[in-house]
This record gives sequence, C-alpha cells and structure tokens, in this order.
Amino acid sequence: MNKKKEAKRIIFNSEKEMPLVAMSLGSMLYNKTGAWRNIKPVIDLSQCIKCGICWKFCPDVAIDIVDEWPQINYDYCKGCGICAEECPQKCITMVEEEK
Amino acid sequence: MKKVIMGNHALSYGAMLSRAQVIAAYPITPQTQVVELLSEMCADGTLNAKFIKVESEHSAMAACLGASLAGARTFTATSAQGLALMHEMLHWASGGRMPVVMGNINRAMAPGWSIWTDQNDSLSERDTGWIQFYCSSNQEVLDTVIQAFKVSEKLMIPSMVILDAFSLSHTYEVVEIPEQEKVDAFLPPFQPPYRLTPEDPHAFGGLTSPDHYMEFRYKLQKDIEKVPALVEETGREYEKMFGRYLGQVDDYLCEDAELVFVTSGTAGSTARVVVDELRNKGIKAGNLRIRLFRPFPFEKVRSILSRIPKVAVLDRNVSYGHHGIFYQEVKSAMYGQPSPAAIFGFIAGLGGRDITKDDYKEIANYALKKDKPEEEIVWIGVKK
Ligand code: SF4
Ligand code: SF4
Repeated sequence: MNKKKEAKRIIFNSEKEMPLVAMSLGSMLYNKTGAWRNIKPVIDLSQCIKCGICWKFCPDVAIDIVDEWPQINYDYCKGCGICAEECPQKCITMVEEEK
Repeated sequence: MKKVIMGNHALSYGAMLSRAQVIAAYPITPQTQVVELLSEMCADGTLNAKFIKVESEHSAMAACLGASLAGARTFTATSAQGLALMHEMLHWASGGRMPVVMGNINRAMAPGWSIWTDQNDSLSERDTGWIQFYCSSNQEVLDTVIQAFKVSEKLMIPSMVILDAFSLSHTYEVVEIPEQEKVDAFLPPFQPPYRLTPEDPHAFGGLTSPDHYMEFRYKLQKDIEKVPALVEETGREYEKMFGRYLGQVDDYLCEDAELVFVTSGTAGSTARVVVDELRNKGIKAGNLRIRLFRPFPFEKVRSILSRIPKVAVLDRNVSYGHHGIFYQEVKSAMYGQPSPAAIFGFIAGLGGRDITKDDYKEIANYALKKDKPEEEIVWIGVKK
C-alpha cells in the first residue's frame, strides 16, 4: 500500500492564492465527526479473523488496519453500525456512548 | 463535407469532432438519438471514447464529473425531467469547476406529460453556474458544441448547448461537417490545471468552512464574467478557420429599428422572416436573438437596445409569479439605461404550441400601438 499523504489544514488569506476548487483543504483534521455518534462499535479482537470486511465496508473510512488488525478511529466513526452488521464473526458490538 | 442531419445528430457530430473521451447518458425523448448515435460511434470505433451506461440522469452527470475530474473531455445530453433529476450534480459540475459540455433539448416539464418544446427545463437551471447557449439551426448546434468545449475548458466552467424539441432536435437541415484535422487544430486536447490521479492524490470538493466558501464562489462569478469576451474571441477564431461566426447574440436589422423583437431558439428564426415582412410594409423591425443566456450578455444587449424605442421580448417560458424569464433579464440589463422607452413582455408557445408569423404580427401590433405595456404579461394564443 502507498504511504499515506500527510494532511495539513490550509487557510488562505486571499482568493488570489486559492485553487479554483476546494481541494485538500485539510478540513477533516478539525472537523471531527466522531462527536456525532450515539453508539460506538467495539471490536473483540480475540474473535477477529482479520478478514478486513469491516475496513472495506466502513462508509466513513474510520477503520484502519494496523499490523493486520482492525482499529477504529473514534475521531471519525459516526456509529452507523455497518461494520458490526457485516462482521462475519459478529465480534463487533455497538455500545451506548457515555458522555 | 455537407450532410443532411437532424439537430440531435448535430450534437452527436459536435461531440465526435471535439473528440469527447467519456460520454455517460441516460435516454429520454427527445434527446435519445444524440447519445444513440454516439454509442454507435463508440462501438464501431469512429469515436475513441468510453460510453458509460447509467441508471439515471443523476448518475449520468455524476459519472461525467468523475471523468472530467480525471482529465477526460466529457459530454452528455438530456432533456426536461432528466435535466431536473441532474439538478444537484449541475451544482457539483460548476462549483467543482468541471468543464463538461451537455446538450439539452428544451422540452416542457410535466405534468401533464409533454415531449414538446419550451424553455422552462433549462431556465430552471439558470442559477447553477453553467454557461447556456440557445441555438436556432443545426449548423449552429454543431459549431456551438465545438466552441463550448473551448470556452468551458479555458475557464473550467461547464456549458449547456440548448435546442428546441422537434422544431430543431428532429428537423433535418443541411449541415457542413468540418474536417477533423481542422477541428483538432482549433480545439487541442483538454489539459486541466489539476486532476484526480493516484500520483498526486487530493480530496476534491470536501468540507469547506466559512473561511473559504465565499471566495470559491467569488472566483466562479469572476470567471463566468469572462465568458462574453471569450465567446466573441472564440467565435472570431472559429470564423477564421471555418467561415462561420457565432457570437453572444444574433442581431438582425436592429440598427435603425423602431421595434426590436428579443427572441431565442427556433422562435428567433421565425422572427427574422417576420422582420423582413414588416419591413416590406414599411415598419422598421429588427430581431435580437439571444444565444448566450448565461452569463447574460449585458454589454452587448445594452449596446443594441439602448437606441431602440420599443422592445418586444418573446418568452417560451414563465417564471410563475413573475414574468417571462428573458423579459426579466432584459429589463434588468436595461435598468438605469436612458432608453429604450418601452419593454414589452410576451409569452407564447408553451408546451410546444407553434409560434407563428401571425403571433409575431400580433406582438408587433400591440407594441407599436401602445406607449407602454398595459399588462404585466401579454399572453399570445391563450384560448380565453
Ligand atoms: S460504526 Fe460505522 S462509521 Fe463507525 S467504524 Fe463501524 S462502519 Fe465505520
Ligand atoms: S469484520 Fe470482524 S472479523 Fe473481519 S476484520 Fe473486522 S472485526 Fe475482524
């Protein structure tokens, strides 16, 4: 897999410096959509078979594969539950958020 | 080479000669023949393009946007309800600065179901940030497609090339098909300033905070304001190579006119004939057919109409609760100008009802007899 490109938050001071279209403004660095979540997925790695299905299905690209294991990025996971639904091992449980 | 072709095929030939690389479309009457011919050209190798079949017009435009962003010259065509279904994606095209060129066949919006012409479909997309050209002959359709690609790609703003259902889309006319080599010289390959590529990955059109959104929109407006001058320049360059000139407007005998019709589309060709007939009877009439509707050609329209005592705007559309849309636009362009003395707004031909020479004569009579309009909208031909 290619190395990930470093994201940077970009602020322009003049329209003249700006590209024609909003591209790579780094806005997701501060727009942490994980705060929208009511329930969160928790993976029981002891049951996980490292199939990567949850990674593939997550519509928010909030699951990373770290050393072959799935890892949820709670900064961006919106708690939709798709990963839990699709996991063949049923080892992802959706639990109430406590705030 | 000269060919006798229908308006729809003039769009197809325009896209073929422009060497469109990706075409994604969904069929709808009266547009279907446009993409039908293009799909045949893709299948038999006449055109080296990817033809993407999709399940809706919304998807058609979405596919075009992806292709355009990846750096492909992209074409599609639609009509009426299909255009309406694309509405969201039209904003993506202009806001995302993707220079797609699309043919739209003017067809009246349902209900009741109609397949016949009027302009409410394309005019409902007036404020989406697309360039709009309205055509009145098949030759003009073909020539406009090629020029639209040039204008769009220079400014990275999409264009709609618009023609009337049946009275142009299915009408056969003699069309000069330019040589491919000459078109290639006029329209070099698309070279976008940025593109979607794995070599340099970017997120396009992502979350844009109030820090920047307004500036992107300011830039779109500033760039679309450059279109009128660019259309003139491109038109002159095209004329040098192909001998045919198309500008922002097509003005006919307006110089000394006491009454000028403001028209668009095929209704503009009828107006020309009526102008000749009125002049034979001693009435100094003229015709200003608007080709470029968005951006609105303010300077051009002002320079022609500010000498004219009476202006009669003909609309084949209506902005419900306001006026005919060309009428609104002409009035807004002429606001604060010393003349013309009177601008009249007429609506005719909705849902494909013919706009006849007699209709124009009724319009001329009304405008010549009265000092100013006595009704907000003068309806022509309504069975009252
Ligand atoms: S709950 Fe939804 S958003 Fe969160 S990790 Fe699972 S699939 Fe992704
Ligand atoms: S889908 Fe389930 S089993 Fe597969 S990697 Fe994700 S957590 Fe593990």
